[in-house]
Amino acid sequence: MVKSAVLTGEYFMTGDVACAEGALAAGCRFFGGYPITPATEIAERMAQRLVDIDGTFIQMEDEIAAVASILGASWGGVKSMTATSGPGFSLMMENIGLGIITETPCVIVNVQRAGPSTGLPTQGAQGDMMQAKWGSHGDYEIIALAPSSPQEFFYQTIEAFNLSEKYRLPVLIMSDEIVGHMSEKVIIPAADEIKIVSRLGPKGRKDLFKLYAPGPGGISPMPAAGDGYNFHVTGLTHDEKGYPAMNVDTHAQMMSRLTGKIKNNLDDIIRTDSYKLDDAEFAIISYGVSSRTSMAAVDMARDLGIKAGFLRLITVWPFPDDQIRALAGDVKGMVTVEINLGQIHREILRCVEGRVPVHLVGHSGGTIIPPEDVVKMLKEAF
Amino acid sequence: MIKFVDQLKTFNQKKNKFMTDSQDTDQTKKIIVTGFGGQGIILAGKILGKAAALGDHRESTLVESYGPESRGGSCSAQVIISDKLIYYPYVKQPDILVCMSQSGYEKFISTILKKSVLLIDRDLVQPARKLNMEYFAIPATRKAEELGKKMMANIIMMGFAVSITGVVSQEAAHKAVLGSVPKGTEKLNTEAFYKGYDYGIALLKRRFAKKAAGQATGAIL
Repeated sequence: MVKSAVLTGEYFMTGDVACAEGALAAGCRFFGGYPITPATEIAERMAQRLVDIDGTFIQMEDEIAAVASILGASWGGVKSMTATSGPGFSLMMENIGLGIITETPCVIVNVQRAGPSTGLPTQGAQGDMMQAKWGSHGDYEIIALAPSSPQEFFYQTIEAFNLSEKYRLPVLIMSDEIVGHMSEKVIIPAADEIKIVSRLGPKGRKDLFKLYAPGPGGISPMPAAGDGYNFHVTGLTHDEKGYPAMNVDTHAQMMSRLTGKIKNNLDDIIRTDSYKLDDAEFAIISYGVSSRTSMAAVDMARDLGIKAGFLRLITVWPFPDDQIRALAGDVKGMVTVEINLGQIHREILRCVEGRVPVHLVGHSGGTIIPPEDVVKMLKEAF
Repeated sequence: MIKFVDQLKTFNQKKNKFMTDSQDTDQTKKIIVTGFGGQGIILAGKILGKAAALGDHRESTLVESYGPESRGGSCSAQVIISDKLIYYPYVKQPDILVCMSQSGYEKFISTILKKSVLLIDRDLVQPARKLNMEYFAIPATRKAEELGKKMMANIIMMGFAVSITGVVSQEAAHKAVLGSVPKGTEKLNTEAFYKGYDYGIALLKRRFAKKAAGQATGAIL
């Protein structure tokens, strides 16, 4: 029996379960994964739900295969996802690169825990943020979102699918153990209230089809295996037909298109949010679960007469360079809040270019940052 | 400089309070439920959070804490219930501490305030003699064994906690119990919930009677 993919209603659910529900609402019908704390609940929920809605769930032999499976499913014409945590994310890096060069839409969720290596399996961190940007070899641009609540995990998963379908690339959701395992009210809207974007299919003569000929907005239409179009998909540098063409010019052309589809669409991709930032003298910048710390810190600081405001990065990659640069002209100082020893902090320093002091409130992982630490930094540093 | 996507905008409008309210009011209640893995501690916390969010239409968060081992290890559920959106979901000083194991009691007893309410399973937790505060005890596990289901001690404990503290409404809590337990066990779980609830009501009546007679001091929530 086919049940509803969109469980419209009001729930008290964990971020992980909300993520799975978001994926199903976005049209995801394939999940290939390998269980790992604290992302296992996403796989569990997908395994339970996909059978009822004509979807497919496969537990793969490892995370390398997990990404291979979702790339394959995507080329089969099905929206696909996997979910993991740090150790699995490391294994996924190779095939994430394959997804980027072959321009394969899919969603990869990293419910971050403290690393390196096996680290603290049941405790949260935000230590994989730079790995998300640079973990696979070669130059590339990527999209990464960071949810701060189960409700947002639901919406961002839909958003991740929409972006991956629109721009044809793997989109990363950089969540963390705290958001993944915490329960909160989640409202799932009616199916017709959810905006869903799906990849553009090719038109025209099948025998003359060119797999990577730029289509509307520079994005190539994508056929599914079995549609009758002849095509070849490879991780080697390829030409418009998709055939290997290993020379400097083709590579430069291909790379310009791969990075250009992100760099030329920053306004469409980048999402930020703010809280009491309009009259702020000091800006707290954060993302994911540390947003919650930051909002609490803004209120505590304002109670003490410190004019603090908050800029939240909803998308962490591509990095909102322009927003940070503009903000540096409006405030006297900034504080980065993240559960690591300074990763996005470096990006902020890069954009601020020394115009105002920027301080880091971070630690090596395992727990959320208390808002008191941020207030203490605001008091002592400025 | 701020750009939203339609969906996130709608989401923010719906959950707009996330961006405008502050969280600290007197109506905010912080709760820790602690015990060992296998007792249904997380489920107990989930019932409180669910009752507040879905039954009483308030805001609530639940975070869980446990080690890599699950059964037998120490675990705790931290719940915050408020009328405003909750930013920071962890509990440092609970208003209500529910202990279903001695180790849980020992771990968290130092975090509570004078005005906090302490609830314990009488057969599993032995409070320190020098504990200078009023507390409420119920033989939840023993009562669950009488029902023939030792695993329902957590439900009895939640019934007890709801009647003593009123942190969520009884109707919302009962509905949350029904929505959280396996199908076919609703009747027995309802019985368990009201066993704890009624025990709490009876205990409160006795306390008030004693207080009226000037035999005891202390306050509850």
